[in-house]
Amino acid sequence: MTNLLTVKDLTMRFGGLLAVNGVNLEVGEKQIVSVIGPNGAGKTTVFNCVSGFYIPTAGSVMFQGKEMRGKPGFKIAQEGMVRTFQNVRLFKEMTVIENLLVAQHMHAEHNLLKGFFMTSDFKKKEQELMDRAAYWLEKVGLLDFANREAGNLAYGQQRRLEIARCMVTEPKLLMLDEPAAGLNPNETKDLDELIVHLKDEQGISILLIEHDMGLVMGISDQIYVVNQGEPLASGTPAEIQANPEVIKAYLGEE
Amino acid sequence: MQSRFSSAALAAGVTLILGFMVLGISFSVEGVVPTLEVSESHKIIGLLIGAGLVFLLQYFRAEVSKVTAKMKGDGQAHELPSFMRTEKQQRVLAFWAVGALLLFPFLSSRGAVDIATLTLIYVMLGLGLNVVVGLAGLLDLGYVGFYAVGAYSYALLNLYFDMSFWMALPIAGGLAALFGYLLGFPVLRLRGDYLAIVTLGFGEIIRILLNNWTELTGGPNGIARIPKPTLFGLEFNRRPSEEGATTFHDFFGISYSSEYKVIFLYLMALLLVLLTIYVIRRLVRMPIGRAWEALREDDIACRSLGLNPTNIKLGAFTIGASFAGFAGSFFAARQGFISPESFTFIESAIILAIVVLGGMGSQLGVVLAACAMTILPEMAREFDEYRMLLFGLMMVLMMIWRPQGLLPMKRPHLELKRD
Ligand SMILES: Nc1ncnc2c1ncn2[C@@H]1O[C@H](COP(=O)(O)OP(=O)(O)O)[C@@H](O)[C@H]1O
Ligand SMILES: [Mg+2]
Repeated sequence: MTNLLTVKDLTMRFGGLLAVNGVNLEVGEKQIVSVIGPNGAGKTTVFNCVSGFYIPTAGSVMFQGKEMRGKPGFKIAQEGMVRTFQNVRLFKEMTVIENLLVAQHMHAEHNLLKGFFMTSDFKKKEQELMDRAAYWLEKVGLLDFANREAGNLAYGQQRRLEIARCMVTEPKLLMLDEPAAGLNPNETKDLDELIVHLKDEQGISILLIEHDMGLVMGISDQIYVVNQGEPLASGTPAEIQANPEVIKAYLGEE
Repeated sequence: MQSRFSSAALAAGVTLILGFMVLGISFSVEGVVPTLEVSESHKIIGLLIGAGLVFLLQYFRAEVSKVTAKMKGDGQAHELPSFMRTEKQQRVLAFWAVGALLLFPFLSSRGAVDIATLTLIYVMLGLGLNVVVGLAGLLDLGYVGFYAVGAYSYALLNLYFDMSFWMALPIAGGLAALFGYLLGFPVLRLRGDYLAIVTLGFGEIIRILLNNWTELTGGPNGIARIPKPTLFGLEFNRRPSEEGATTFHDFFGISYSSEYKVIFLYLMALLLVLLTIYVIRRLVRMPIGRAWEALREDDIACRSLGLNPTNIKLGAFTIGASFAGFAGSFFAARQGFISPESFTFIESAIILAIVVLGGMGSQLGVVLAACAMTILPEMAREFDEYRMLLFGLMMVLMMIWRPQGLLPMKRPHLELKRD
């Protein structure tokens, strides 16, 4: 069985700073894989390289058997690999539902003439986008907020909206950058359930950066630890928790 | 207290010096000797009054800004007045407005109709540029280039291929759009300020090209005798232009009047403007319109969701250019004569001012601003030499009082309807 995502020897250099050095990652179908490590370890940089926001200095990023390195971010997203951001990036002045409509741009009707004359084709397509948006709003519990401005939502709701916005693009791999940061324990529990639901019911894989060890250890199939840009260890949650080096470098600090 | 006085005095002093150089001295040639002399006394008095005003304004700045702050509002988009808030009220209002505009030429003088037609051309240009600047957030300083492409398309197609206005109109729009696409393709990867400079250059290149390619375009002499549009083949001339052509007044068996032509042109411009408004109204409710707004807000998030920013911007650029092309070919038909002089940078600046003045993205605002920008100068003919000065003053005042424009956009939100 081939992996969904295989990252090999990923290296990213910013001038004199080696932010990521030789990181490997493997994500299979229907898996939850986590990347952990202290702040500044280079986790977000790995995400940026994989999702095409940076062009890595070296290494390869294979997604569904295709090389992604050097492709622009929007192409990679179109291939079915979408991400959230450590600092939420919503379209704040647009409504919740509009955020989800924009996200479905690649599924939308692009024929301008059909749009001008509002053909039944066009209306049907738009309705499909609406329906898919409503479906996901319900899943993340935001249906009642559909017509609110996204910027006016509470922080936890914004985080969930960002996940819904990724899901309406119908990805195969969802990459979440610290989705639990700033959430209260209840919200974290909901997030936990949502991620498991995405894997079990929607059949997608999730690549997760997270500091909340309870969450990570509870749901991950595989965990990668990075420290100062270098891969430190990888394995199942049980293996990671028993790894003396990890404990020393990372868990031990807490 | 001391610094308040001295800064006010400084401002007044600077005003005096600059004002004196612009208005206070006049330049004349006596024989072959150029001489400078102090202007007439009323100008000097005006200058002194102006400097006094500046002094007072600066001295009481805190008090003045308290008043202006109220007028400024919260900097956000304003609600429309209460009688035009719902969709239905707007429709009724639009119906009456269009009715009034249709009746207007039959009730007013020839001159007024002529100015109204010119205004409508600027409305169309403003609406087109609004797509690029207001909706897609791309600063285009060379919009007049596409206007020129449209105008020369019709003029040249008619000159060399004897093409009628109605045949040439879509071609002119298409050619302008093609130019927009070809220019945008390499350029839209650039960041905002670079884009502004490249488009500025583009506008100039087009003008210089038209000026120098004498064999094709007639150079600075321009192209004359461009025929007016016809109404289903009926001409508005006194006599048919060629064997077999029919004129409007002959066909209907009425006597000739040059007013028919003016009214016809006005109605055509009105039709083009209404079409433009409809098309843009649809655009903002279509996926591409949503993408423009999203791109203005956060282009990184857009990329992460699979939107190709270059393509989306290119769409805005091309569509905007095509409106300039339509307006240009209509302009050529109305004037009957075009030369590169009609397409200087100042035209781009005026169109941009219309968009900014109206409130970026707002169609109604652009319509109002275009009216203000074309009708006010006509009414203030005697101030002609200071037109640019007034223009600048108006922009500065706008930036102070209503930086968001006259009627900033309140975008229609798509609603999720639940049963
Ligand atoms: N665009 C950039 N330019 C220069 N340095 C960067 C850039 N992005 C990240 N870095 C550096 O790379 C290192 C890793 O950062 P980051 O990937 O954000 O860490 P993490 O997400 O694990 O907290 C940090 O030292 C950061 O300062
Ligand atoms: Mg990070």
